[in-house]
Amino acid sequence: MAHATDPPAPRPAHGGDPGPAPRTPQGTAAGQARSRVTLRVNGAPHDLDLDNRVTLLDALREHLDLTGAKKGCDHGQCGACTVLVDGRRANSCLLLTVALDGCEITTVEGLAAPDGALHPLQRSFIEHDAFQCGYCTPGQLCSAVGALREAAAGHPSHVTAAPALSASGPAVLTAEEISERLSGNLCRCGAYPAIVRAVAEAGTDTAATTTGADVIA
Amino acid sequence: MSPTSTTLDTTTSVLGAPVPRREGREKVTGAARYAAEQHLPRRAHAWPVPATVARGRVTAVDTAAALALPGVLGVLTPYDAPRLGPSDDPTLQLLQDLRVPHRGWYVALAIADTLEQARAAADAVRVTYEAEPHDVTLREGHPGLYTPEQANGGYPAHREQGDPDAAFAAAPVRVDVVYSVPPLHNHAMEPHAATADWDAGSGHLTVYDSCQGTTVVRSVLAGLFELPEDRITVLSEHVGGGFGSKGTPRPHVVLAVMATRHCGRPVTLALPRQHMAAVVGHRAPTLHHVRLGARPDGTLTSLTHEVTTHTSQIREFVEQAAVPARVMYAAPDNRTTHRVTALDVPTPSWMRAPGETPGMYALESAMDELADALGMDPVELRVRNDAATEPDSGRPFSSRHLVECLRDGARRFGWPGRRPPRHEGPLLIGAGVAAATYPVYIAPAGARAHARPDGSYLVEVNATDIGTGARTVLSQIAADALGVPLDSVSVAIGNSSLPAGPVAGGSTGTASWGWAVHDACSALTDRLAGHHGPLPAAGLSASADTTQSAKQKSPYARHAFGAHFAEVQADTVTGEVRVRRLLGVFAAGHILNPRTARSQLVGGMVMGLGMALTEHSALDPAFGDFAERDLAAYHVPANADVPAIEAHWIDEHDKHLNPMGSKGIGEIGIVGTAAAIGNAVCQATGRRFRELPLTPDRVLAALEGEPTTAAGAAG
Repeated sequence: MAHATDPPAPRPAHGGDPGPAPRTPQGTAAGQARSRVTLRVNGAPHDLDLDNRVTLLDALREHLDLTGAKKGCDHGQCGACTVLVDGRRANSCLLLTVALDGCEITTVEGLAAPDGALHPLQRSFIEHDAFQCGYCTPGQLCSAVGALREAAAGHPSHVTAAPALSASGPAVLTAEEISERLSGNLCRCGAYPAIVRAVAEAGTDTAATTTGADVIA
Repeated sequence: MSPTSTTLDTTTSVLGAPVPRREGREKVTGAARYAAEQHLPRRAHAWPVPATVARGRVTAVDTAAALALPGVLGVLTPYDAPRLGPSDDPTLQLLQDLRVPHRGWYVALAIADTLEQARAAADAVRVTYEAEPHDVTLREGHPGLYTPEQANGGYPAHREQGDPDAAFAAAPVRVDVVYSVPPLHNHAMEPHAATADWDAGSGHLTVYDSCQGTTVVRSVLAGLFELPEDRITVLSEHVGGGFGSKGTPRPHVVLAVMATRHCGRPVTLALPRQHMAAVVGHRAPTLHHVRLGARPDGTLTSLTHEVTTHTSQIREFVEQAAVPARVMYAAPDNRTTHRVTALDVPTPSWMRAPGETPGMYALESAMDELADALGMDPVELRVRNDAATEPDSGRPFSSRHLVECLRDGARRFGWPGRRPPRHEGPLLIGAGVAAATYPVYIAPAGARAHARPDGSYLVEVNATDIGTGARTVLSQIAADALGVPLDSVSVAIGNSSLPAGPVAGGSTGTASWGWAVHDACSALTDRLAGHHGPLPAAGLSASADTTQSAKQKSPYARHAFGAHFAEVQADTVTGEVRVRRLLGVFAAGHILNPRTARSQLVGGMVMGLGMALTEHSALDPAFGDFAERDLAAYHVPANADVPAIEAHWIDEHDKHLNPMGSKGIGEIGIVGTAAAIGNAVCQATGRRFRELPLTPDRVLAALEGEPTTAAGAAG
């Protein structure tokens, strides 16, 4: 087994450098470090014993069988993994689960009401055909819930700067405002115009900032 | 819209109704499961190891460190991986020899209990190479360039009529220009993934694959793993986009099957996004030399389109970018030709409208330059050169409503003609137009329709819904042919044990699967009509196979057409171009579901916007690698890049297609978009750009130079 203290391997003529040997935390065999963590996911508590390397996205998908949150890029560039962490949207692929002990997580599976009635955004996405392949959709929906909450709470955006907001109250959800606030969620099928229409329509429903999981919680 | 439209449009037919997607609820609740989300008991994970040299040989693979890590079930290398049977596609012959044909080629595969362990194990594999000098740079005059027999799609690489050079030399008005389209990547949101499960006891292989067609995946796996097809089931209930990159089996599915056969457990392999640029295909870069000769009234007398492109060292793939010029405009003397060179690059493949997309960017940009040279409205120039018969073959068109698309689009858009561009402070605003075309392909398919005693119907066809709405539109075709309510019909797709169907590619899906569904349902209707009394408990069934009808050669040239209009603003301070409006009008036969059709057409236009403004891959000459290997470097359009987009269509009635009267709509939306945007930027700025994408650095540099068009100089 190669070790960090081994001499470097001889360098091939050109281009063939195998790179540094894998780094191993001192005193711990790689991959042995685990932690216990408690999450509340869509209103239900979960005690997990996880490899420290497990991201929130993989904890949901691989350990809790909640595969709604999608893995599009696994490093924070596409938004398909967006969930709500303590009510705010976040890229779950960028969060290590061990750092989230005690957090409240809402995924796309937690948007609909406990009786199965769809969330206003979910209904609106279907009505406006705001998706095709559906792979970015869970992230778009969770992101939209977060964006509507942020707008209602007076968060500024590139379209509506903070001084304008303090004068006029929460941002008006124009198409431009919605596009800007949802630009962290890529859609390769190109459903953006329909997504904007769907969010604009659902955004007029005050229930759109509430999720089914909030009801359970 | 067309005078013949009354026959279909006044009925309440479900065919043509804006039916919502059947799987909508699953997709918005997170219940829809994709290939990597199949939680089979004892499932393991695999992570591949890409080569870090651009050309050479593997000289050693040290797996000791990887195998010593916890949870590792094995590491496959070219030295010990199972030998594969034959495949037509050499990119699937993975871990079979020591050669490295391009950077990113897979040289090992780690398998472990968990995703984290598999990834760590892959990272711990030490591969050494004997590297050789590599060449990844396409250029005119490359010594390896040759004219292939055929380009993608089976088209002859070279066609020539009359004497185009003499006709060009004699033409009173001439345009002689070169364009360049960079490599582009499909980057569907769902990375290529497969969950493979080899049951050694029963000798059956089950594979959940993210692909555009499971029939072909099964057939290729059968060859590679030397299994009879009836011992393999490939499933693809939901697929997170493909755009061509999942059209044939890709390395992930072969490696996943190798892994499950190695460890005797189900294995999931989902490609890391950063690997994808090198292993699942790309649109090859194309260099275009277009020469147009015309009379002063705009009539083309000579047209040549010469395309130079690359392929890899392992498979010849030639982007058929000069082929659309054989369809578009009548020029009696013409040449369309392709040259290709094999470089040490990843293997190019299909990306949404291969051939048409880069080819029409060049041709339609050149038409705009010709309109400038003539001082003529570019809409009128295209109308002037509309072809009565297909220029290359002389065959009549089954339908061609390009002029109607141009006229209707100009009216809806408020086309400014040759009015000078506007200014708004530092913004220059202009409009552009381009035409689009995409061929009608059809492939054989089978289908089975089943009537149950409770009055419900099941239709089985191995279609794949990659986001097109196939499941929905096939239900509509079935309900229409059966003459029953849509709700009584369920459709089973995405399973290789269903009647065989072709891939969701080449805009063929609805026509090909739909024809078989139509025939099976019509046959079932006949059976039901002849049946008296209640149905037997097992119900009644009928099957269809369209091999005969689909393979019949049509005496007609069959293509969809369209017209794109764009309004852009170019910022003279930053060089940023933004699209303000995009409008397309298409003539694509009978539109079977306006809701899902509009989404596909708009989606194609969004991808075309990306091609025009943001998307670009570059092969790094030093490392032989695509420099853009993730979604932060490869800029697919984001929400704020995309304005309101309108897609309209001519209600076209064409009897020479299929029983539904439909043409494909999955690809034509992208075809003319980049040219329309580029032409609008030229109109706005007075500068002609001939290299995509139109990034701020290029635009700003051009704005600092002299105008290149008369209009620009005047403005």
